[in-house]
Amino acid sequence: MQKPRIRWHIALFLAPAVLIYTSVMIFPLFNTLRLALFQEVDQERVYVGLENFRTLFFDPIWSEQFWNALGNNFWFFLVHMLVQNPIGIALAALLSHPRLRFAALYRSAIFIPTILSFVIVGFAWKLILSPIWGIAPSMLDAVGLKSLFAPWLGKEEYALTTLALISVWQFVGIPMMLIYAALLSIPEEMLEAGEIDGVTGMAAFWKIKLPLILPSIGIISILTFVGNFNAFDLIYASQGALAGPDFSTDILGTFMYRTFFGFQLQLGDPHMGSAIAGAMFAIILVGVCLYLFGIQTRMRRYQL
Amino acid sequence: MSSARSNPINTAAMHGALIIYTLIALFPVFVILINSFKTRKKIFREPLALPDADSFSLVGYQTVMKQGDFFLYFQNSFIVTVGSLTLILLFGAMAAFALSEYRFRGNMLMGLYLALGIMIPIRIGTVAILEMMVSTGLVNTLWALILVYTAQGLPLAVFILSEFMRQVSDDLKNAGRIDGLSEFTIFFKLVLPLVRPALATVAVFNMIPIWNDLWFPLILAPAEETKTLTLGSQVFIGQFVTDWNAVLSALSMAILPVLILYVIFSRQLIRGITSGAVK
Repeated sequence: MQKPRIRWHIALFLAPAVLIYTSVMIFPLFNTLRLALFQEVDQERVYVGLENFRTLFFDPIWSEQFWNALGNNFWFFLVHMLVQNPIGIALAALLSHPRLRFAALYRSAIFIPTILSFVIVGFAWKLILSPIWGIAPSMLDAVGLKSLFAPWLGKEEYALTTLALISVWQFVGIPMMLIYAALLSIPEEMLEAGEIDGVTGMAAFWKIKLPLILPSIGIISILTFVGNFNAFDLIYASQGALAGPDFSTDILGTFMYRTFFGFQLQLGDPHMGSAIAGAMFAIILVGVCLYLFGIQTRMRRYQL
Repeated sequence: MSSARSNPINTAAMHGALIIYTLIALFPVFVILINSFKTRKKIFREPLALPDADSFSLVGYQTVMKQGDFFLYFQNSFIVTVGSLTLILLFGAMAAFALSEYRFRGNMLMGLYLALGIMIPIRIGTVAILEMMVSTGLVNTLWALILVYTAQGLPLAVFILSEFMRQVSDDLKNAGRIDGLSEFTIFFKLVLPLVRPALATVAVFNMIPIWNDLWFPLILAPAEETKTLTLGSQVFIGQFVTDWNAVLSALSMAILPVLILYVIFSRQLIRGITSGAVK
């Protein structure tokens, strides 16, 4: 096998994947970052350096939208971290309980929203929360809480949180499954050893299982982060490209789409769109690096 | 834990919590499906009632059939999904084989390069992708979507498949080599059949995001004849917002194919996730 001649078959095996990956993913990625350094002047592409980023961060017309979208995006992410992941972990803890009957059935049913498209999820919830149809108000009425009802998706102060919770509803299956897998891989002897020392029930979860599944919690956190910072579909499907009401649900994905494609009277601007993509890239890169170098390396010691 | 094992109150509480959450997960889907079969009046008057002889109506489905070309959308989604999955599996497996089987200079580097794409979303490069598709004339063709989804799916596919291929016995491959089989025959005839479960896992992981994607169909292939089911239903619903029968029926028709796929593949999907393929 270790002959000095060139082994062409290796190149042949690698070629298709590397070619497609490089030309459709890596090259456009860098090309987008490059385009962010240009601007269209009199239908000609002119190099402007970091001018687009300066506009994006400091020109009041742009920066207001940008910081709004970024802030909304962080809130969107925070809701997922505080609601989706704890619920997912709790469900996984329940499901992983030995001798629980119908566990497979619950698992499959709870995962169903995850397989639906954003279009379905967005519209289904829009209809259910709609004051015209009245399913939500009449259900609240049944438990005596009708006064709490508001057209949540139409109110600036609630719309973003409502959408984040809809997204949580949709994706809770993913942390549930990953944590469930991690919990199943904990050796039975370890739990038995805990039982002998009197660590049972909830205490066993907090003291033995939770530290052991921390690496998986790290993974779901970074997946949530990356997923949320390039989210777009749900907001677009339910609120449109303008991310209404009054941009209160605008996140980086919708902001980039609007900028790059244009909407209503504003023309599309691929260069500013690229600049926003560059900002998204930087944010995701920082998150991933923080995870890889800050969190993951420190967690190793817990691993089995 | 041992106390919970024997305590019926605890068991009941666990089932209670799970049943409540299952209801929360299924309720919206259920409401959409039952109301799509009802008359407009009943949709508003009794939204939670099952359709009966009196309220049953297919008027929404008739509108959908007449106004939207859902069969074409479905066909487009199908072609894009199957095409992308085929390329992801074939090219991904080939690259994974090269990385896991041969020792060559730059192997590690190539592995890392291909793994970059696991964490970086391809959407960041959209502006340049669109520009490229326009200049190559692929815009508004299904090929544009297939290429993008293939590029997006390859990194994780290579990663998962090379993990599995390392477990294939060397003796088997070397026996093949002694018998004079070419490296390609070894790959296609000996290795690929042995990693079939891993191929299925990769396919199932990629299938749903590709089928459900809205971003790339919207940007790369918004033409009527290349609309996918996800984009088609989005546009249709946008136009028929006030026709509740049509909207509910369109939603149901978009839900059904995915639900059927899920019923067929859920065991594979869940086994794939829980077998630690995504560690």
